This record gives sequence, structure tokens and C-alpha cells, in this order.
Amino acid sequence: MRFPSPEAYAKRIVASVQEYSLLTWHAIAALFSPPRYVADTFTQMDYIGFGSLPIVILTGFFTGCVLTLQSATSLQQFGAVNMTGRLVALSMVKELGPVLTGLMVSGRNASGMASELGSMKVTEQIDAMRALGTDPVRKLVSPRVVATVVMLFFLTIISDACGIAGGGLVAVGLLGLKGSSFFHTAFRSLIFGDVFEGLTKPLFSGFIIATIGCFCGLRTTGGTQGVGRSTTQAVVVSSVLIILFDFLVTKMMIGIFGR
Amino acid sequence: MATTATAPLRPALDPNTPVVEFSRVSIAFDRGPVLRDVSFTVCHGEMRILLGPAGVGKSVIMKLANGLLTPDSGEIRVFGRPLSSLSPREMYELRAHIGMVFQESALFDSLNVEDNVAYRLIEEHVPEPEVHERVVEALRFVELEQAIAKFPSELSGGMRRRVSIARAIISRPDLILYDSPTGGLDPITSTTIIELIVKQRDVSQTTSLLITHRIQDAFTLATHRFNSANNEMQLIPNGGIDPGTKFLVLNDGRIVFDGTTQELTRTTDPWLEAFIS
Repeated sequence: MRFPSPEAYAKRIVASVQEYSLLTWHAIAALFSPPRYVADTFTQMDYIGFGSLPIVILTGFFTGCVLTLQSATSLQQFGAVNMTGRLVALSMVKELGPVLTGLMVSGRNASGMASELGSMKVTEQIDAMRALGTDPVRKLVSPRVVATVVMLFFLTIISDACGIAGGGLVAVGLLGLKGSSFFHTAFRSLIFGDVFEGLTKPLFSGFIIATIGCFCGLRTTGGTQGVGRSTTQAVVVSSVLIILFDFLVTKMMIGIFGR
Repeated sequence: MATTATAPLRPALDPNTPVVEFSRVSIAFDRGPVLRDVSFTVCHGEMRILLGPAGVGKSVIMKLANGLLTPDSGEIRVFGRPLSSLSPREMYELRAHIGMVFQESALFDSLNVEDNVAYRLIEEHVPEPEVHERVVEALRFVELEQAIAKFPSELSGGMRRRVSIARAIISRPDLILYDSPTGGLDPITSTTIIELIVKQRDVSQTTSLLITHRIQDAFTLATHRFNSANNEMQLIPNGGIDPGTKFLVLNDGRIVFDGTTQELTRTTDPWLEAFIS
């Protein structure tokens, strides 16, 4: 494999950032002028939101279960096993719920968007759409951005709830803790800042998933092999950016709310 | 479906203004220059056939004419309007008057034949009964009425190409761009497609720009006409040539021939002679 020169590599990165920024701007600006593809937006909401429900529920539930198992074991050594509910709730709502939900949805939907749009690109369907008078960014990208941002918000809430429920089930069923104690400490430990932080992250994650997935798809070249590359790239890049923005948002929220 | 309606007006066409005009157009990609100082015009009612070796830039010319690509230098005018001065919205409105048939049909996989053919009409919010009627009319023209409910994956290559032609003509465009309409098809299916193109040319008198790799298809277009009485393509008697059919031959990014069928067949240029033989 030939290595590109540093100059060529740097130019490619800068060009990619530029193209991504232009696509994102175009997609957002398209929301504020007609035509708006409302039906397509609802179709995407159904596919992204309802379609991702099983994996989000399972991910959240088992994450809560394993978190309870692991934390209870450690907390018992300090005689603080009653804090298990607090730990599980704070971890799920502030961090694990948003991040893991984002990563699961990224794996399912960023790849789906990249492969669908990439296949359309290599078979000239995107050019055909433009030739038929339809703006492909307005038709394909904007609905996906809106749908992913909105649905990831609700999916994260569901994931958090399933995580706390799973944690409660393990706490009561396996560890012999009192259910009322678990849920009481879980509820009391959460303040507005925690919930705000946990529900701000999915907005960023949803935006990243949709824009990166569509960007990788729309710049696909090289036939079926290119579609495969775009799909992989979409998942990798969106996953890394979700984790990066998770760090940035966490830092910002700690600065605002103090925890 | 979009939530707002626009009804593009037909451009006011001056018969003396060329429909397509390229002036010293050049474009280069990563691999190097593709077109160099290309200039030609396509007048009203003309059928311009683009010939040339593979990879010489014929499809690029087609995409430039439809504004899908932007040249590095030079000017392109379509219906008398310079494409470089059009806003994206004006460009989409202009495309309402241009039909394009892509090399691999480019049908939308997730839509059936009816929705594919009706795509532009649906975007323009044409009432549903009228949409269905016009789809049936367009499919009848390409003799594929029975495939209206099928999906592209259920169609043969030739059928997909015919659906693509129906999609291009349904809005009664003033200019049709055919990018290798017979590419990859067997000779019998290719003849069927050529017959449809001749029919469209002679019945609607639509200006068209056509790419083909098959010299025999090019000369078929030049030497045949459509007989509406018999509903079939016929050889023009006494060795006649369709006066509206002209040729453009590209080589190495430049135009090496621009003229009529007779001029092409009588050329003394050795490269051209070898190319068309």
C-alpha cells in the first residue's frame, strides 16, 4: 500500500472537512425553506427510531445489569452497597445511556445511510435525482438529520430507563437488595443537571451519525468496493466523533453544573 | 413528497438561439484534462450524435450540458441561458425542461416503475389522476404498459432502459440527453431502443444530444425515420439522410469532427475513416 505524501494527506483532510461543513450547512439551511420532505422525515423516524428499539432496549438493559453486578461487588467492600442504585442511575443517565445508545445507533444507521446513499451514488441515482429537479441534500440528507436527532433523544431515554430497570432486577433478584431502596436512591441521586447533560449528548450524537453517514455515502466512488469502504468509514468516524463529543460535552456540563 | 408546489414555466425559446451552446469549454479531473476548448452548438430540432473512443469525455459533455458538472473554463448556454449564472434553484427549474437517459438507466431501486416514471410529476405536485394518465401514456410510448407495477430489479436491461426513456420524456422536455442508451444491450434490444429514439425525434421534434459507442446505431438514426401510420421505423428511401441528424466526434478531449452525416461518410481524415469503418 502506497503511503500518500504528508502534503497530499493534509490537503485531503482539509478538503474533507470543507466538504463536510458545506454539506452540513446545506442540510440545515434546507430545513428553513421549501420544499420540505415531511413524509420522508417520518419514514426515516420510523426506520431509525422504531427500527433501533430492540437493540437499544437490549443494550440499555444488559448494561444496567452488568453495572449493578460490578458496582455492588466493589461497594460491598466499603459497606456502601446501598449506593448501588445511585451509581447505576448516574452512570446510565449521564454517560453510558447516551454513549452506548449513540454507538449502537451509529453501527446500525450510519452504516445504513452510507450504504444506501453510496449505492445510489455509484449507480448514478443521485445524478438522476438532480437531473429530475430534486435536490438530493434536501430529499435525502435533511430528513435523516432531523429523524436521527429527534429519535436518538427518545431512544436514549428508553435506554436509560431499561438500564435502571435492569439494574434493579439484578439488584433484587441476584444481590438480594431491597427494590424500594435501589429505586429510591436512584431517583434521589439525579438532579436537573444530570438529566440535562444526559439528554444533550444524544442531540450531538444524532447529528454526527446522520451527517457523517450521509457524507460518506454521497462521496462514494469505486463501485461496490467503494460502498463497502464508505460504510466502514461512516461507522468508524461517527463512533470516534461520538466519543470525542461526549468528552467535550461532559467537560462543558461539569463547568456549568459543577458535576 | 415535498410540501410546496412550483410550476416551472417553459423557457421562451427563440428559434434562432441554439438550444445547447458550448464555448471553449475545458474540464480536468484528478487523472488529467478531459475536455480541452470544446465548442459546438445544437440547434432546435437537431439530433446531435456524439461519437468517440471510450473515456474521451462524452458522458462528461452530457453532464456539463445538464449542469451536473461545472467546467473549469469556458461557457455553456442552455436555452440561451449561461449555466454559470444560474442559482441552484434556477438550475433545478431549467432541468424541468431537460430529460436525461443515463447509461445504466439510474432507476430508483426502491420505487416501482410507475413511481419512477412519475417522479418529476410527483415533485411538481401534479394531481394524482393526471400523473397516472401521463405515466400510462409514457409507458405506452415505450411499449411497457404491463410493467407499471414492477420494480426495477424485476426488469431486464432493455426494459429498464425503456422505463428510463419514459421517465425522461414524461414531462415533454425541450431537450433530451441520451447517455449511451444502447450500452450493454444485445443488438435486438438495441434496435428496439433506437426505434424508440427515432420515434421520439420524429413524433415530438425534440432537440436531442445522444452518445453512442455503436457506429451502426448512429447511422441507423441518420438513415431511418418513424412511420406513424405503420408505427414502425423505416429506412428513408433512395438513400436519404435525416437532415436534422448531425455528428460530433471527440478524440483526446477535442472535437475532431462537427458536421453532417454526408460530411462524415466522405471524410478523408485517416483517423476518422478508421474510427467509423
